Amino acid sequence: MARAATTTDAFNAVAEPRRRQILTAVATGERSVSDLVAQLGLPQPLVSKHLRVLREVGLVAARDEGRLRLYRLNGFALKPIYDWVKDFEDLWSERFARMDVVLTELKQATPDNTKDGDDSDGGNGDDE
Amino acid sequence: MTSNGPAVVTLPTDTQILITREFDAPCHLVYRAWTTPELIKRWWAGDRGEVTSVEVDLRPGGKWRYVMTANGGFEVAFHGEYHEVVPGERLVSTEIFEGMPDAAAVTTTTFTERDSGTTLSILVQHQTKENRDAHVNSGMEGGMQESLSHLEKVARALVSAE
Repeated sequence: MARAATTTDAFNAVAEPRRRQILTAVATGERSVSDLVAQLGLPQPLVSKHLRVLREVGLVAARDEGRLRLYRLNGFALKPIYDWVKDFEDLWSERFARMDVVLTELKQATPDNTKDGDDSDGGNGDDE
Repeated sequence: MTSNGPAVVTLPTDTQILITREFDAPCHLVYRAWTTPELIKRWWAGDRGEVTSVEVDLRPGGKWRYVMTANGGFEVAFHGEYHEVVPGERLVSTEIFEGMPDAAAVTTTTFTERDSGTTLSILVQHQTKENRDAHVNSGMEGGMQESLSHLEKVARALVSAE
């Protein structure tokens, strides 16, 4: 069976480690192909190939400045990936918010119990 | 009191999920809320249903099982076995979603005292990337085949800046 086309969507496009490196690089500012070649130490044809994939799924946008083509991250195209993790994160946030309520009650029920056994009852047991 | 903010979920490798959160309470109380059945019942379902059963046999080799009835009416159950129990510090256990019984994960839960609070971290180690992805996806109806590594942090920053 043929493997899934890498350009199907953002999920497929970011599955490739080199493309994630490129995305991380362009996330901090615009980069030309030669910037990326220098920064990542990858051959220029490979960088160009990955940039083409990233542009096709909309993860990267480009503009021309003089003879240079500058690439930047398009954050909005990452939203489906963000949403995917976010629902799971929301579940845990709900759980932890409820744990906060439980913990407030536990703290009230056991005031200062980190100190128990310190002084209050110290030597009494031995004397009797 | 001060809010401790949302959970932070990252995917450190292709087969892991890491969940972290700060609590405004000492370690031994966070540990108690995490391991006491009557207390687990109050938080484990989040806003998504009711916890109907919690069994905890908190010792190495002991079993655990949590069951909830989700708001949609269906039942969701997880179970596993404790491998390591260090009270107030660390728990290592297996975790199996009963809807996907072949996808066992190993979960390491760490309680770290910080000033007046506690950092809770839950590292879920799956056997395969597919199982890991299915786990993250468990709250949603859609499906997906591929994911990412540390990029979601970038995504979060960018999307929240839109």
